[in-house]
Amino acid sequence: MKEMLKTIEQNALQSIRNISDLEQLEKIRVQFLGKKGELTQVLRGMGKLSKEERPIVGQVANEVREKIEKELEKTKNALKTAQKDIKLKKERIDISMPGNKKVIGHRHPLLTVKEELETVFMNMGFDVVEGPEIETVYNNFDALNSPENHPSRDLSDTFYITEQILLRTHTSPVQIRVMKQIQSPIKIVSAGRTFRFDEVDDTHSPMFHQLEGLVVDKNITIANLKHTIDMFIKELFGSDMKTRFRPHYFPFTEPSAEVDVSCLKCRGEGCDCCHKTGWDMELLGCGMVHPRVLENCGIDPEVYSGFAFGLGVDRIAMVKYGINNIRLLFENDMRFLNQF
Amino acid sequence: MLVSVKWLKEYVDIERISNKELADRVTMSGSHVDSIDELDKGVQKVVVGKIKEINPHPDADKLVVTKVDVGTDMIQIVTGANNIKVGDYVPIALVGARLTDGMKISKSKLRGVESYGMMCSAKELGINEDFILKDLKNGIFILDREYPLGCDIKEVMGLKDVVIDFEITPNRPDCLSIVGMARETAATFGKEFKFPIVEIKNEVEDISNYVNNITVEDNELCRRYYARVVKDVDVKPSPLWLRRKLSECGLRPINNIVDITNYVMLELGQPLHAFDLDHITDKTVIIRKAVEGEKIKTLDDVNRNLDNSMLTIADTKKPIAIAGVMGGLDSEVNNNSKTILIESANFKGRSVRLTSRTLGLRTDASSRFEKDLDPNLSEIACNRVCQLIEQIGAGTIIKGSIDIYDNVKKEKIIYLRPERANMMLDVEISPEKMVKILNTLELHSKFIKDKIEVTVPTFRNDIELEADLIEEIARIYGFDKIKSVPLVGTLTKGEKSTQRTIEDKIKNILVGVGLNEITTYSFVSPKVYNKINLPEDSIQRKYVELINPLGEDYSVMRTTLIPNMMDVLTRNYNYGVEECFAFEIGNLFKPTSLPVKSLPKECKTLCIGMYGNTDYFDIKGIMDTLLSRLGIHDCEYIREERHNTFHSGRTANIIKNNHLLGIIGEIHPDVRENYGIKERVYTAEIDLETIIIFTNFNKKYKELPKYPATTRDIALVVDENSLVKDIEKIIWTQGKDLVEEIKLFDVYTGDQIPQGKKSIAYSIVYRSREKTLTDEEVTKVHDKIVNDLIKDLNASLRQ
Repeated sequence: MKEMLKTIEQNALQSIRNISDLEQLEKIRVQFLGKKGELTQVLRGMGKLSKEERPIVGQVANEVREKIEKELEKTKNALKTAQKDIKLKKERIDISMPGNKKVIGHRHPLLTVKEELETVFMNMGFDVVEGPEIETVYNNFDALNSPENHPSRDLSDTFYITEQILLRTHTSPVQIRVMKQIQSPIKIVSAGRTFRFDEVDDTHSPMFHQLEGLVVDKNITIANLKHTIDMFIKELFGSDMKTRFRPHYFPFTEPSAEVDVSCLKCRGEGCDCCHKTGWDMELLGCGMVHPRVLENCGIDPEVYSGFAFGLGVDRIAMVKYGINNIRLLFENDMRFLNQF
Repeated sequence: MLVSVKWLKEYVDIERISNKELADRVTMSGSHVDSIDELDKGVQKVVVGKIKEINPHPDADKLVVTKVDVGTDMIQIVTGANNIKVGDYVPIALVGARLTDGMKISKSKLRGVESYGMMCSAKELGINEDFILKDLKNGIFILDREYPLGCDIKEVMGLKDVVIDFEITPNRPDCLSIVGMARETAATFGKEFKFPIVEIKNEVEDISNYVNNITVEDNELCRRYYARVVKDVDVKPSPLWLRRKLSECGLRPINNIVDITNYVMLELGQPLHAFDLDHITDKTVIIRKAVEGEKIKTLDDVNRNLDNSMLTIADTKKPIAIAGVMGGLDSEVNNNSKTILIESANFKGRSVRLTSRTLGLRTDASSRFEKDLDPNLSEIACNRVCQLIEQIGAGTIIKGSIDIYDNVKKEKIIYLRPERANMMLDVEISPEKMVKILNTLELHSKFIKDKIEVTVPTFRNDIELEADLIEEIARIYGFDKIKSVPLVGTLTKGEKSTQRTIEDKIKNILVGVGLNEITTYSFVSPKVYNKINLPEDSIQRKYVELINPLGEDYSVMRTTLIPNMMDVLTRNYNYGVEECFAFEIGNLFKPTSLPVKSLPKECKTLCIGMYGNTDYFDIKGIMDTLLSRLGIHDCEYIREERHNTFHSGRTANIIKNNHLLGIIGEIHPDVRENYGIKERVYTAEIDLETIIIFTNFNKKYKELPKYPATTRDIALVVDENSLVKDIEKIIWTQGKDLVEEIKLFDVYTGDQIPQGKKSIAYSIVYRSREKTLTDEEVTKVHDKIVNDLIKDLNASLRQ
């Protein structure tokens, strides 16, 4: 019997080794180990063996079964792996083909910059407020101490709706609204649309955008103004940026300054863009709120002081993105917008 | 304002200061430098030479061989010039010299004869040809008189000069002059400022012999009229130094009299005008407003129509000048003039500005007058002109003047509290230092007790308050020396209004679903309302109009965003952009009354627009997503058939709790045709203020289902015109708590469906929160729903 078992083992292992697919493998399993399989048949004949022989043959039989089972399992795994490999190979694709586009829209670059500016100031503790595009002459000029003879009041500079109502020429009337409403302390910025009588060309647009800032409290100094602007410029353009405050004139601030910032292209080294000066000129106008403006809003300039600043959002957007024509901002060509 | 540094140095000692430092420091004290122009343009080794001999060239007809004395040497130069003669003083470029164009001069041989240099033209020296007399413009530049031989030509011609262009702020008309800038420079560097000494040596007769009468009719527009007379004038070209100064500072030399008035304008900032007195009828001058329809031919040879808002200088017959703007051609000073009247007046800025603007004529005079000059400048400026005329021997000064000056402008006294200045600037400047700074600006100051008393001269119109004096201190002390100090006090957290927060959210959602953000002008053409086919009586035609638009296209404030959106879509369509998905958030302007009496209401509005591979259900889907993300549920879409802008069958009003949120739909084919878009266009316009009322960002977690769901499908045949929302309403009502979701999965008309009907198929998902539903329980509800649908909608089940 032992010999028979050994023969079965040899036959079985031989057959298994020649197998190439899972179905055949199963057949072989049945052929040898199934209920009617060769090994089972042999084991059934064990009853005829003597008591002494039975455990010995039984042991051999078990060994043979284990061997065959092991070999079956091994081959099965190998075949399965091979099959998976074939499947994966068959499913190969050209991974360089274009992806299926999921469309996300694009924010307008100008409004993105406007929001970025607002966020920088919000992080510095400024509230973001808004004012109307149509304003009174009083808020836009008179209350801001604009001289009666100032050319900006002319029909050739400002769009009027009536003698007393106009399209705001700057965001500064928001100062008046906020001061009248809140008095003090104030720490706000306000960005939005502004209008001036300029024909459309590469650098001019009758509608453009400004951002205005205002701080009013006790003991506000020009040193605070300098610090605020410094911080803002560094936040916006990077900590290596320098600022330069040049005395200037605005009717609603006194003292007034224009702020030059390190040239955004060469960052202060001097290049053709900045005429070798290293400075980007007139990025921002600012100053201490004129005492008359405070008075006009019912704030006592002997007790309170403040500073204000304003800058052109369009210009910053154009510098930031290298946009060379302001018309692009208002044409809304999708091929332009899709770039941002 | 162009300033010759050499000229500037006549009034302030800045010999040791480099041009660069000058420009930088004055920029930082308030007069921004726009540009710096070096006049020598790189010219080197060019000297004055005298022509001693001119001999023919042995081998060339067109060349001559000259001997030139250049002081240290006698050199031979071969030249082709034909405007030279023996004895002429000419610029000689020596061997090794450099000219403006970078040309280098070396020893050369011309047709076999050696030449040791070159005679130069004005152009080769980089001299502004404006001040060169006409006959010297071509050929060699013959110097006007004898100069030391061998002397550097840059010295002689004033080419060692630099011209700085300063930007002068509109509040400082006093700086539109060399003395004004000298005063600023002196203060900036702490140097002494010297005003020119004005004195006339010889005066004869009396002005009353020459002028009958001068009358000012409007002393508000003409604050002062000061005039003097000069006789026996010898009108001819000005001397070189005068022509040079004028042209360096941007003015074209004309003749000695006109040049002197211009010189004094540049020097002192007072525009002046010289009239030929013989052309003033009755020797009478009247300063009056023009009569409507009056005409004058101005110096530039243009006939100009005047109106009664314009101030003129007139004689008894006609206007002879437009006050503060330009003189008349008839009374112009020319070579035949014998006796002249010099006007040094002061006109109201606003009037000059408006006149100049109306006429479209801006001059050096008007641009100064329009900023309101100091009337106390008139007299000294007029005398300065007389002094210079006398000095160059161009005429004899008549004694006396006519001065009409009713309201004499006086100096103001303002007090400055040093501690206030130190507080505002966060500096510690001693009162003595402040007094010193103010005095260098000619703001005469004294420290009395705890205050500085400042006498403000009349040329500093801009100084009215203590704050103005603080600014003077700050800018001369140096803005750059002021510290940078953080704000202190209660820490605040920057916030945005709720409205803005929601607006930002809306933008993010819309960008997330694939729309591009656009931004368009707040003003539009009134024609757009026709273009979108609005009826004549539409409320949207009640718009706010501009008095002075840039043109019809920008003349009314928009009352809807749809035309702007249509413009953008059209533009992109015309550019060949295949598909376009866009939105804008902007204001509409609704007048509270017409004509406008108070500020219009500004309404934040959202507009969505799209064309391309899309349909109504895409834009509706976007709207559904938007509203749901804003926490606005259960909106109704009510069919809108009467809006002329929209397709009557594909448009709805969006309603929430009886509030109209906006409109959504396909643009009417007629409107598309008006814009020339062949593709279907979909738009929505939503009132953001109403949206904001309903937004709800409160979210509460709802437990996830524990029990399985059962799905039943249903296909109904209903009337073609019935709306699915009616079907859904019945399902939801009957389904009570057991219907979890309904999904429309098929709408079909055609074969097997009777005419006038459509088939609609739904999957209904049933689920209980309490238990697993049995088949019977689901069937019970489902049958109820089916029965109600059949009954209420006259529907039948599709077999």
